[in-house]
Amino acid sequence: MPTFVYMTRCDGCGQCVDICPSDIMHIDKSLRRAYNIEPNMCWECYSCVKACPHHAIDVRGYADFAPLGSSVRVHRDEEKGTIAWRIKFRNGKKDMDLLAPITTKPWGSGHPKLSEASAPSAEMRDSELLFNEPKYVAMNDSALPTLESNGLEIKEGVYY
Amino acid sequence: MFETNPFAELSVTFITPEVMQMYLIVMAVLVAGGTILDMIHKKSAKYFFQDSEKAKKNAKRTVGAGEKAGLAVATLANEVLTSGEFSNTKRRLSHLLTMYGFIGFVVATIVMIFGFSDNALFAQLWHIGAIMLCVGGYWFWFFIRVDVNSEGVRWYQLRRADLFIVSLFTTATFGLIWSYLQSSGAGAVADMGWTTLFFALFIISNTTLFSTVLWSKFAHMFFKPAAALQKRIAHADGSNLNLPGDYDLTDPAVQARFPDIPTYMGKNPPNMGPGIRREPANHY
Repeated sequence: MPTFVYMTRCDGCGQCVDICPSDIMHIDKSLRRAYNIEPNMCWECYSCVKACPHHAIDVRGYADFAPLGSSVRVHRDEEKGTIAWRIKFRNGKKDMDLLAPITTKPWGSGHPKLSEASAPSAEMRDSELLFNEPKYVAMNDSALPTLESNGLEIKEGVYY
Repeated sequence: MFETNPFAELSVTFITPEVMQMYLIVMAVLVAGGTILDMIHKKSAKYFFQDSEKAKKNAKRTVGAGEKAGLAVATLANEVLTSGEFSNTKRRLSHLLTMYGFIGFVVATIVMIFGFSDNALFAQLWHIGAIMLCVGGYWFWFFIRVDVNSEGVRWYQLRRADLFIVSLFTTATFGLIWSYLQSSGAGAVADMGWTTLFFALFIISNTTLFSTVLWSKFAHMFFKPAAALQKRIAHADGSNLNLPGDYDLTDPAVQARFPDIPTYMGKNPPNMGPGIRREPANHY
């Protein structure tokens, strides 16, 4: 089921509008609160649900990860770097709390500092390779990494 | 201008204090009636108490009267007095300006019209309140609202949601112009000149503000604090609107229950700082 907004909790801050990959969360022109303009196009990615600072957006969890009719609420805590889920089944008896890390180092500290890298030479500019290409595509000795080169092998059958 | 009670001069030449007092009482009745009708129409009180009952059923522990009083004080200090619910700093500042401006303006009006005090302080409060209302209101109107909607709404495009804010800043603006004209010798209200025009506009905006509670967002000043308190109580009693718990990541019990936390983040994870909230939302 697509997202919906609790109008009394929404303050119209626009975080969901910014983050929605389908561009379907909009601010209502007369109420100044967010709403889903096209529920058919919502693929329940939960981006807006996690981004909302007031927990004003909800989605009815689909049967692919929670039984129908259960309450699925999520709290994304940026300072702690965790995401917490609570899935409460509709019989009210099973109540699951889940917690997982979403980052292991402070936000924004893991970006490559490209401004500090030396400028490419003329030879590099003329080359067909892109910036840092052999390194970034993890090619070793001009060969692509393979399972073999990494000491791995394919096991037959379902093994997860 | 700032130290003159604009209503005092008005009562000498044009309108008796009794009429002004009557007008204020009628406005108060309109606000109360509008709020009650709004509650009946939207069934907000019914749903509010229904929600409270539901939260009580889901509660994991009972919140005592003393704790509830503490939560009420916290709500007053955070959500009510400092508009803590706004995540957007600009909107919060603009709201604080209009809120305190409005309170000052209304209190000073009541004191000056009912003659509780003839201290010049109240005339100053009235003018400063009106200026704060103008600053907060126009800031919202010309800069924040345009962005908040982000859908091509221009400052001259009016909608029903604007009834409250427009009548609020026009009241303050026309009130200030009327007070200025009256005190600068441009004529009294009874002279039927510019002063009369702006006084009439002031009264029209005022009446619109207080008589349209059913259609505007005026009543938010009554139900928002109640909703904020309910949210805090729900957090304290564990029902928390079915939201997940607030975990202390350094707690060994939490680490044992969720082993991914110590594995990937360490035993004592640092504060990760703001992520997507490093930038304010600006709608594409």
